[in-house]
Amino acid sequence: MENIIEILKVFIVGGLICCVGQALIMYTNLTTARILVAFVVSGVLLTALGFYEPLIDFAGAGASVPLTGFGYSLAKGVEESVKELGWIGIFTGGIQNTAAGITVAIFFSLMHALIFKPKSK
Amino acid sequence: MKNFDLPSEKEYKLIVDKKTPGSKKIKGFLRAFWVGGVICLIGHFIGQFGEWIGCTQKTVSMFTASCLVYLGTLFTGIGIYDKIGKYAGAGSIVPITGFANSMCAPAMEFRREGMITGIGAKLFTIAGPVLTYGISASVLYGFIFWLKEYVL
Amino acid sequence: MKRTGERSILFEGGAYVSASACVAGKKEGEGPLGDTFDEIISDDLLGTDTWEKAESELFKKAVKMCAEKSGKMMDEIGALFAGDLNAQIISSGFAARELGVPFVGMYGACSTMIESMLTGAVFVSSGAITPVIAAASSHFCTAERQFRTPLELGTQRPPSAQWTATAAGACMIDGIKTEIQIESGTIGRVIDLKIKDAAHMGAAMAPAVADTLFGHLSDLAISLTEYDRIITGDLGKYGLEILKELVKKKMKDCPSGLFYDCGANLYSDEQDTHAGGSGCGCIAGVLAGHIMNQLKEGTYQKILLLGSGAMMSVTSSLQGESIPSISYAISLKRC
Repeated sequence: MENIIEILKVFIVGGLICCVGQALIMYTNLTTARILVAFVVSGVLLTALGFYEPLIDFAGAGASVPLTGFGYSLAKGVEESVKELGWIGIFTGGIQNTAAGITVAIFFSLMHALIFKPKSK
Repeated sequence: MKNFDLPSEKEYKLIVDKKTPGSKKIKGFLRAFWVGGVICLIGHFIGQFGEWIGCTQKTVSMFTASCLVYLGTLFTGIGIYDKIGKYAGAGSIVPITGFANSMCAPAMEFRREGMITGIGAKLFTIAGPVLTYGISASVLYGFIFWLKEYVL
Repeated sequence: MKRTGERSILFEGGAYVSASACVAGKKEGEGPLGDTFDEIISDDLLGTDTWEKAESELFKKAVKMCAEKSGKMMDEIGALFAGDLNAQIISSGFAARELGVPFVGMYGACSTMIESMLTGAVFVSSGAITPVIAAASSHFCTAERQFRTPLELGTQRPPSAQWTATAAGACMIDGIKTEIQIESGTIGRVIDLKIKDAAHMGAAMAPAVADTLFGHLSDLAISLTEYDRIITGDLGKYGLEILKELVKKKMKDCPSGLFYDCGANLYSDEQDTHAGGSGCGCIAGVLAGHIMNQLKEGTYQKILLLGSGAMMSVTSSLQGESIPSISYAISLKRC
């Protein structure tokens, strides 16, 4: 039972965050790049204001998988680094927690671009 | 030149709005909701798997993100992600797999323009702004956080 | 040949369409006009390794086929008036490199085919050069990567978005009398009613079409019903509705069945192209196949063709400019 509730929380919160993006597409004609930027930056902002951490605790992957979660990782990383290293942490913290995701994205995009070809629609 | 009584810009906008259909709203939201939710669930299960193989609390989120990003680039490569995107809209743009898609798709598309000026440069056409503003926002927040912790 | 009214030309010296050919992609071949194309290609890369080369190949096929149909050798062609959507019109330019014919590069965005025919008719009718070929092409994949997003990016297109046709069309214009005469032409003005939505080209171009249409009718002192059909290039479903609305504002008894849009008819609804086809190849392919067939069969005696193009670029869009548009008209008569 506990498992099912957990899964429902992930599904519903994740779905709702995507619906916010869908509203942006339908009502403002924002392009993909702008939506991605908006989500990451709002993730940083919401974390800074203390709103996002409770959502992560509540919904887990439902809040961390959307790009607002990427913003959360950036902000969290900065907090931890500043605590640990002082002012230099301002510049090292952001990438620290997100390094894995970014590196995987760069490396496998390169590999897949070499392996696969775009298809005509 | 004779003016053929074209409407004014304001009048014309009204005509255009009247004759242009909106997207199907409810269907759009439902699709974004369930696809987005499912991608998050996949992330949830990858996380559980990560814990099972012994990831710590700190590394499990990195493990999840890496796996999802890898899957995003793979599905882009084999030509499925754009079909999911067409169906789900933000449902597949907003999750981190969408970020992977936004790097892999231009890299594939511009391969023919060379390794450096093609793949290398175009890989960041969409992801570049995301990193630029995401990291800059984190630096600003870091500065404020530092002020709060150590100075004030 | 003489000028009539403010910006129209009567081709009195005689300009006739002596042959036409069109080649289209797989998706276009599966559409309702599929059997009107001379050739449907099965591979969108046409055996080349880039989309741009493929489009050039498509273009070359149409021009060669057009010359073949007229029974002329390539070196008998006086000049090739042609263009496409790629920056610096590389598809036509590279094709002309291999065809070896005198080449006049044209650019009127999606109106290029009609602009080329109009210009070609001037040369033929004046006796300066004859015969000439007018041609244009577009390819979904070259347009998509240049103007929109990479092919594999997962995005949604709004209902007003159009689908760039993979097609090329060519028409030979000759001074010797044939069944189809190019009777008159009208040069467009660049019109801009400040539409900024690049996913709604029909709305950006409809005022330019209306302007050229009214200009044409007033220059020739004729009414709309002079024509059996008024054919627009790629306004799409919604752009065509907007055009009808603009025409209705000026003349209350506008027969709306008179209008036909190539883009709106190129694909079926099941093909999910939203508002219909667009691109230089859209009107070029439909004109060189379907419409020429109908004229030859006598379905129509006299038609007006209105090609329309959006005179914008990626740069102008990014800098926040609106979309200025142009439309050229030529009338074809069965004789």
